[in-house]
Amino acid sequence: MTFDHTLLGMLIGRVIGDVVATQKVASHDGRKILVVQPLQLDGSDRGDPVLALDSVDAGIGDRVLLTTEGFSAMTAVGRPNSPIDSAVIGVIDSIELEGE
Amino acid sequence: MLLGRIIGNVVCTMKDPALLGQKLLIVQPLDRKGRDKGRPIIALDAVGAGAGETIYWCRGKEASFPFLPADLPTEATIVGIVDSVNIPVN
Repeated sequence: MTFDHTLLGMLIGRVIGDVVATQKVASHDGRKILVVQPLQLDGSDRGDPVLALDSVDAGIGDRVLLTTEGFSAMTAVGRPNSPIDSAVIGVIDSIELEGE
Repeated sequence: MLLGRIIGNVVCTMKDPALLGQKLLIVQPLDRKGRDKGRPIIALDAVGAGAGETIYWCRGKEASFPFLPADLPTEATIVGIVDSVNIPVN
């Protein structure tokens, strides 16, 4: 499958698009479904894009903080017991790396 | 969640009783351009999806939540039928 199992912990990603789905589980209603490309620290692509629900009003082009774990994703989106395995939980202003 | 396309279904007569009446679908994962990517998986259906449709699915423990209060042994569940994917070219 496309999910890259090296993607553990929270990730940096870029919102590259969104998905429209009219027919879906009710607990996803009213939340944007974003296509997020996980990134390496140097800004290059890391694995394949994932779909994540939005909890911070992120938009296309934003660099974001992505969680790929269900409990934190559900909690951030505010939909307990909802089938959410990934969510955008922050819009990144800046990243500082040692030695730069 | 991940994008996929339904390419078939699986019929099981003998199965966990909690799965009785549930549809088992074969999902081909897709990449950002809608092309096949990786190997197909089997997923339960929570939204009435059918063959050929583009869907997105949820993996892990959360995949069982659409069926609450029933506890279903599933690790992948289709949770939405995709109308359109909008990925602007940079």
